[in-house]
Amino acid sequence: MSGMAFRIEARRFGGGSFCSHVHWRHGLWLGLAFFGSLVFAYAQSEPGQQVPSAISTLILWLPFILKGFGLNLLMSFIAMAAATVLGIGLGLLQISKLPLLRWPAWFVTHLFRNSPWLVILFMVMFLVPFEMYLPGGERVMLPDWIKATFAFSLPVMANISEILRGAINSIPKGQWESAESLAFTRGQTLRWIILPQCVRRAIPPWMNWYALLALATPMASILGVREAVSNTQAAMEASGARPEFLIPFYLFLLCLFFAYIYPIAIWTRKLERKYAVAN
Amino acid sequence: MPLQTNSNARGANPQPNWAPDMPIISLRDVHKSFGAVEVLKGISFDVRKGEVVCIIGPSGSGKSTLIRCINGLNNIQKGSIKVEGQEVNDPKLDLLSLRKKVGIVFQQYNLFPHKTALQNVMMAPVLVLREPKREVEERARALIAKVRLQGKEDAYPGELSGGQQQRVAIARSLAMRPDIMLFDEVTAALDPETVKEVLLTIRELAAEGMTCILVTHEMGFAREVADHVYFTDRGVIVEHGPPDQFFTKANDPRTRQFLSQVL
Amino acid sequence: MFQLIAPFFQDLYNRTGLNFIVFYDSYEYERFLSGISISLQLILWSIVLSLVIGILGAWAQSARSPVLRGLMDAYIQAFRNTPPMIQLLFFYFALGTFTPQVDMGGYYQPLISSFMWAIISLGIFGGAFNVEIFRAGLEAVPESTKEAAESLCMTKWQTYMHVTLPLAFRISLPALTNNLVSLAKTTSLAYVISVPEMTYTLNQVWSDNVNVPEMMLILFLFYVLVVSLLAAGLHFLERRLALPGYGQ
Repeated sequence: MSGMAFRIEARRFGGGSFCSHVHWRHGLWLGLAFFGSLVFAYAQSEPGQQVPSAISTLILWLPFILKGFGLNLLMSFIAMAAATVLGIGLGLLQISKLPLLRWPAWFVTHLFRNSPWLVILFMVMFLVPFEMYLPGGERVMLPDWIKATFAFSLPVMANISEILRGAINSIPKGQWESAESLAFTRGQTLRWIILPQCVRRAIPPWMNWYALLALATPMASILGVREAVSNTQAAMEASGARPEFLIPFYLFLLCLFFAYIYPIAIWTRKLERKYAVAN
Repeated sequence: MPLQTNSNARGANPQPNWAPDMPIISLRDVHKSFGAVEVLKGISFDVRKGEVVCIIGPSGSGKSTLIRCINGLNNIQKGSIKVEGQEVNDPKLDLLSLRKKVGIVFQQYNLFPHKTALQNVMMAPVLVLREPKREVEERARALIAKVRLQGKEDAYPGELSGGQQQRVAIARSLAMRPDIMLFDEVTAALDPETVKEVLLTIRELAAEGMTCILVTHEMGFAREVADHVYFTDRGVIVEHGPPDQFFTKANDPRTRQFLSQVL
Repeated sequence: MFQLIAPFFQDLYNRTGLNFIVFYDSYEYERFLSGISISLQLILWSIVLSLVIGILGAWAQSARSPVLRGLMDAYIQAFRNTPPMIQLLFFYFALGTFTPQVDMGGYYQPLISSFMWAIISLGIFGGAFNVEIFRAGLEAVPESTKEAAESLCMTKWQTYMHVTLPLAFRISLPALTNNLVSLAKTTSLAYVISVPEMTYTLNQVWSDNVNVPEMMLILFLFYVLVVSLLAAGLHFLERRLALPGYGQ
């Protein structure tokens, strides 16, 4: 009753629900900036000399850069899959009745939620060995990109764990009680009643975290993984490290990521609105 | 403390074409539409100083729109609304000078949730009328006592019941010392128990001679306090008259049907 | 302080081999302190810049000019949907190459240092989120509350200053807290343009002294501490400003 005069609609303030004006048109600006910079770089290169222009250099190296971008995507897929599985496990441990399970799960969740991605990346890169022995005695090499993928999955895992805990807690208590009165065990209640209700609510934030994960993968270049950024830097180096190439090449990278992430952002926003209406 | 003030006391600019014995509010052929929907289709009536007028009618008949037009919150497409001889529809009109004369209380109270009850009442006189804080506070405390909320001065709107919030809203409007008070379904959002407190406040105000226009669903209350009752339906005034006559000898079949449903 | 803890950590190293060199070697200790100081400054100024951009941007988004609104939208979407690390590289390497150099008496120094570029880049990145947060807050203030202010003869400016802004700020605070905390963590990315903040400094320490696990522990502790303090401060503000009777 008292809330009617001034109602704060909570659903408007969920994570990542702020881009209301998402429209393809916005990508146009970035694209325009990119082509503008190409023109700029072209004007910068001295005429008469036989130096290739920025655009021809970029086209020459495009397959190489795209190959690197492919690795970015691969890392993001694998990391997301791992993060989802680990995150659900960790989230369930967080709501466990046993303090012995609950407290470590809480600690791990909060450690990885509150640390910068880069620090987590360093930790995994330096502290996880580059080879591992399977139980059978077989030796498996762990390439850097696998380790980086694992590192990226950790913060997302922690956040998924927290999303799950929040979603489960947001289900009214009456649901648990009515399930209990129907002789469901705690596990059965979770599996058949609570989790199905959480799934839909969790999809938009899950997608949001995928976008953040994909945007974090360029960090792997710091440790020498040959993804889009390090390949672009290598391409610039190989074509003479000319300063007028810096702007078009980096802008191209930005456009590349934007072209991939932006549709995801639009889609996430759509789903969010759909579920907001449905609830 | 008498709440009734007169406009001469604070030196309001005298209207050459208006004298206190003329209607304080006068509507002529008022038309208002939202897009293609015409909500008011030619409303005319007069309100004299000190009169209490109730507007009743089915929902969606344009009652709230009508009252909001008198305060200039909505503008009209055709016709004329005069408050103390001032044309509300005049684009050159100083809206502030109009709103100082006309207070409005909303269905949803619309208190400022980040200010205490006292601060809510004090805000406009201090900011708009630029009156000294001490004087305003004294008056605000008196007004809060007047609406029977002593002790709630420092409560925030969120801590008050709906009826209490609505009485703070009335005090907030009165703090501007208006000549006319508009009440827009002020009890519609309230619990039945708290409706009485708010009606009591309005009744006292009416008894003190404040000019009031009420949009209401409380027929018993309308019958008791109103000097004149207007029944609107689909944007026109279907029937009007003094309450005794209106509630017992309604002529129009629409009015009779409505009254038989609500009484 | 250093004199106090140095013997303990020296002893710890001698006995257990746990090498917390930043606590017993005065050179590394100085390096460590300067890393802390630069990290904190970086966080502070990035947050300040992002808030300024957020407020100005939210104001620009409510402007009538469609060009201004379109530019604002483009800015928000471009910076929200591209990797912050590449943004840093772009600002420092691509734009930094073309900013003028200042003659420092014999040698030349860029007008904008890497530290400044980090603040600019991170501030613009965080600002893109803040604009949306403030705008949503402004939009969430009910029309009817503003109308009540209007009916009480308040001017547009008075309504904005005394009603709309105080309410919008309160509504925005939870989302703002999230974003500022995440921005504070993102400052570690300044590593890629060699700003000697905490991550970069400790990296150098562990490369020089081969004590990765110990320094990693300190790095984790540093960020968890900074992030917790920042979040605690903002939550305190949230509680202080909470509207009594609303919310939980």
